[in-house]
Amino acid sequence: MSRHTLSVLVENKPGVLARVAALFSRRGFNIDSLAVGPTEHADISRMTIVVNVEELPLEQVTKQLNKLVNVLKIVELDPGQAVQRELMLIKVRADADTRSNVLELVNLFRARCVDVASDAVTIEVTGTPDKLEAFIKVLEPFGIKELVQSGMVAIGRGARSITDRSLRALDRTA
Amino acid sequence: MTEQMTGAQALVRALEHVGVDTVFGIPGGAILPAYDPLYDSTKVRHVLVRHEQGAGHAAQGYAQATGRVGVCMATSGPGATNLVTPIADAYMDSVPMVAITGQVASHAIGTDAFQEADISGITMPITKHNFLITDPADIARTILEAFHIASTGRPGPVLVDISKDALQATTTFPSWPPAMQLPGYRPVTRPHSKQIREAAKLIAEAKRPVLYVGGGVHKAGASAELREFAELTGIPVVTTLMARGTFPDSHPQHMGMPGMHGSVSAVGALQKSDLIIGLGVRFDDRVTGELSSFAPYAKVVHADIDPAEISKNRHADVPIVGDCKEVLTELIAAVRADDRKGDYTDWWTALNTYKTTYPLGYAEFEDGSLAPQYVMERLSAIVGPDAIYTAGVGQHQMWAAQFIGYERPGTFINSGGAGTMGFSLPAAMGAKMGRPDATVWAIDGDGCFQMTNQELATCTIEGVPIKVAIINNGNLGMVRQWQTLFYNERYSNTDLQTVRRIPDFVKLAEAYGCVGLRCERPEDVDATIEKAMEINDVPVVIDFVVHQDAMVWPMVAAGTSNDDIKFARDMAPVWDSEE
Repeated sequence: MSRHTLSVLVENKPGVLARVAALFSRRGFNIDSLAVGPTEHADISRMTIVVNVEELPLEQVTKQLNKLVNVLKIVELDPGQAVQRELMLIKVRADADTRSNVLELVNLFRARCVDVASDAVTIEVTGTPDKLEAFIKVLEPFGIKELVQSGMVAIGRGARSITDRSLRALDRTA
Repeated sequence: MTEQMTGAQALVRALEHVGVDTVFGIPGGAILPAYDPLYDSTKVRHVLVRHEQGAGHAAQGYAQATGRVGVCMATSGPGATNLVTPIADAYMDSVPMVAITGQVASHAIGTDAFQEADISGITMPITKHNFLITDPADIARTILEAFHIASTGRPGPVLVDISKDALQATTTFPSWPPAMQLPGYRPVTRPHSKQIREAAKLIAEAKRPVLYVGGGVHKAGASAELREFAELTGIPVVTTLMARGTFPDSHPQHMGMPGMHGSVSAVGALQKSDLIIGLGVRFDDRVTGELSSFAPYAKVVHADIDPAEISKNRHADVPIVGDCKEVLTELIAAVRADDRKGDYTDWWTALNTYKTTYPLGYAEFEDGSLAPQYVMERLSAIVGPDAIYTAGVGQHQMWAAQFIGYERPGTFINSGGAGTMGFSLPAAMGAKMGRPDATVWAIDGDGCFQMTNQELATCTIEGVPIKVAIINNGNLGMVRQWQTLFYNERYSNTDLQTVRRIPDFVKLAEAYGCVGLRCERPEDVDATIEKAMEINDVPVVIDFVVHQDAMVWPMVAAGTSNDDIKFARDMAPVWDSEE
């Protein structure tokens, strides 16, 4: 199995997320992570889907996604040619004795402290999945009370935009 | 010009604009507003069925007999869920259909209101696309979009769910046609020329090629092109269950139907080939048998309008995305342009041996009881290839596929992919309404018939004189066959006891205002069919009482290799092994 990152441009309409999610479950495809949100164009949403499949099933995933009427475009992002980020909020046990140690790690990982209580701090950190994993590891000895993580979002490097052509298609039908 | 009207009026007006002449359905609370303007329409005939499943299958039969989009209509909740089976059936067999359902008022959606069901959610995985409309201004455009999606590219069912308040509210009917808003829908119909050249090259180099023809060829209206291509190249043809009639059965290049109950010659042609040219097919498990041993020597050219079918089950060496009519037209040109011509003499020697050594056959019964295959043979001989035949699923369907000679495209309409019991009778009704001049025979099993026979009432009242041949073996025959072969003859819950005449199909037919006939002996078959052919004012139902032990052969047992096909119980063909 290998991980693939798909950027899927979809029409910003009700039910599209359900269609995509239902397709994955019906066809037995595994989703590692899914993030969805608006784009620079009000009519288009963008999903970043990380799937864990072999090459051949990946072709099926893409073809089946393409058959959804609300799907405008699918691009597989090459990890070497794309910026990939996840966001994590993590609540760590930290009292007067340990707080400075925790804050040192926060600085090392270029994370941010977003809330402080007498016996815990809440930290915000973004990065690649590897970085977040490493961060969790170093915080574990202090005691992780709660953790929440976003799906991965990704964008290709360079000047080109994957939305350009889809926008033109949309304008034609408007 | 724009005009003010209710959403319901806009719906009916839009249906008229897209050319709908027949709608099958049943009214109910949420869809009621639509039935009021429908009452006044002079262009759209609404056929009141007795069960929504009948409406759906009738729309499918109509669509497959005419090539146009079939339309069914139901109310919210149970009305809509009763359409689920026909929608799933239409999805599996790529039948262009639009289902229109009423939905509870938009403010009540999500509150578990009376007769509320999330039908767009329910049908998401079994429709090509679906819509939920709560704004009356969207109705006309959405109907146009629904018909466009259902009928173009790979055809399929589209559901349009409309809330009751949207039907009741006033809106402006747009100038026709409104602009469609489908930026993500762009079916590819034109094949890539490089792939066509590659295919032509493989065809010229092949020694044992075969044309594996599926429902997509008929749906593309390409049977003439198929014949031209087959005759130009001299390549043998197999037609799948969904393609029966697309290439004439009587043609010397026709090898029969492949698959689990295919002929030895058709299965052999695929297994021994060195090049499969798949046209509008999906390498379904019922055709390939065990996938890993399917056609082991063959390279594959696979043409289909749905890119997702290509290399889904079997890797395609030459993938061609396109409409089969365009693909065949281009292939004909490419083969003509190529000086090389394939030499298939040895291949034809082998194929003709399969054909003559292992023809389709069946055993007569010594007690003088009726063999179902004989009924099919006589139907074929007396009724002929101009009629339309429908079938549900099971033994009767396979015998109808095997023993009726099909010469014209679209003359065999059955439930292929989904395998829906009860399909045959309502589909025949729909086919007859779409093609009133054609003789339409519903071939049905006694099990299938009991699932949808209430539509005989619709047929009689609406003046749809179909003919129904019940192949009555008193059992769920195909399941019984598997119990015979794989479950030690333990007949768990397959005996329908129709031998006790419960129900009495003749009396049942008469109760519905049809003519009921019964035939129990081979010598009465011809006279019974002829009598049925003479009655054209009311539906005719024939109860053909056949032997319960008749089995469908040949057979490739589920999950086994096509190489292990049996042409009768424990009888395997001898292949000459030159490869």
